[in-house]
Amino acid sequence: MKVVIPVESRSLEAPVCPSFGRTPFFALVDTDGGTHEFLDNEAAASQGGAGIKAAQALADCGAAALITCRCGENAAQVLNAAGVKMFKAQDGSVNDNIAALKDGKLSLLTEIHPGHHNHGGK
Amino acid sequence: MRIAVLSGKGGTGKTFVSVNLACAAEQSVYADYDVEEPNGHLFLNPERTVKAPVTVMVPEVDMGQCIRCRRCVDFCKYNALALVQDKVLVFYEVCHSCGGCALFCPAKAIAEKERAIGSIEEGESGNVTVLTGCLNTGEASGIPIIKGLMDKLPKDGDIMIDCPPGSACVAMESIRAADYCVLVAEPTLFGVHNLSMVYDLAKLFKKPFGVVLNKCLPEENPAERFCVEHQIRVLARIPYDEELGRLNSKGRIAAREDKRYRALFERLLEALRKEAVS
Repeated sequence: MKVVIPVESRSLEAPVCPSFGRTPFFALVDTDGGTHEFLDNEAAASQGGAGIKAAQALADCGAAALITCRCGENAAQVLNAAGVKMFKAQDGSVNDNIAALKDGKLSLLTEIHPGHHNHGGK
Repeated sequence: MRIAVLSGKGGTGKTFVSVNLACAAEQSVYADYDVEEPNGHLFLNPERTVKAPVTVMVPEVDMGQCIRCRRCVDFCKYNALALVQDKVLVFYEVCHSCGGCALFCPAKAIAEKERAIGSIEEGESGNVTVLTGCLNTGEASGIPIIKGLMDKLPKDGDIMIDCPPGSACVAMESIRAADYCVLVAEPTLFGVHNLSMVYDLAKLFKKPFGVVLNKCLPEENPAERFCVEHQIRVLARIPYDEELGRLNSKGRIAAREDKRYRALFERLLEALRKEAVS
């Protein structure tokens, strides 16, 4: 299964980035093959709709699941349409979260925030 | 003469100053640009009101025509479109109505349709024509409504523009067509901070401006000190007066009910006339 995690730097030991749409990188981990790669998040510099663009990128790379601290409603709509399962990240690194996912310790992300649209203020 | 009344935060006295100025004029237009919470109408109680919707254009995708080329998704700078599972999703509240997606669609699968985001109400209150912009709850941007209000302003005459608080896009759009900016300030350090924001904005737009010091107390006024330090013209001083609070809380207009305040706002209007032409 292809799992995507927003991450602060290009390392599996790096902490999960609290932002989904504006994370600098995504870790793309293949839990079956044990391989991984890092994707630059091109949405990070977007003027608006970063979550939508990031979610589109995830859908395009064939991700089956996302582990994230939070997710906005627009991004969630794209991810739901693409059939990407969303899990709530725990404190710790990418590796910690992948391990927790494999152990069935991660719960589905149920809280979807209304987004930070417009000038970062709202 | 188009006067934009500004302040860095809400509750400073923009509506108080602009409503009273409009009433002190012989004949005037009061335009409420604070489209997220317009409240001038609560004082002016306009009659014979006519309400018209304000719409923006948004894309509508015909999935039968769509060839899934993604041109629209890639084009949109605001990321208002996504293509997943063979379907185009449109996020209306992110869309800036540029029409680019429809223009670039090679299959002509995108049409534009109108979407209502708010309204403009027009009415009369004695000597004042009242224009009220109102943004629907949950909408992201009031700019189209402010543009709609702008189109409704007469070319001449005394026009008071009650601006949205702050110095963001909506405030910028509100002062664009103004001849003069009135910055309303409170006598606190917080008030000075808010004043400095709109002061920077007026300077940035190269608009002539002056300050109305509101809620003045006998003690030292930090906002006045700011004006002295920056050589800003103080147009009027409105005292912190319980009677004003009483009138306001009942939705009454000081310039229509109290001779002293009528005189104060007539003087302010006169000062503005001189300032705006010079």
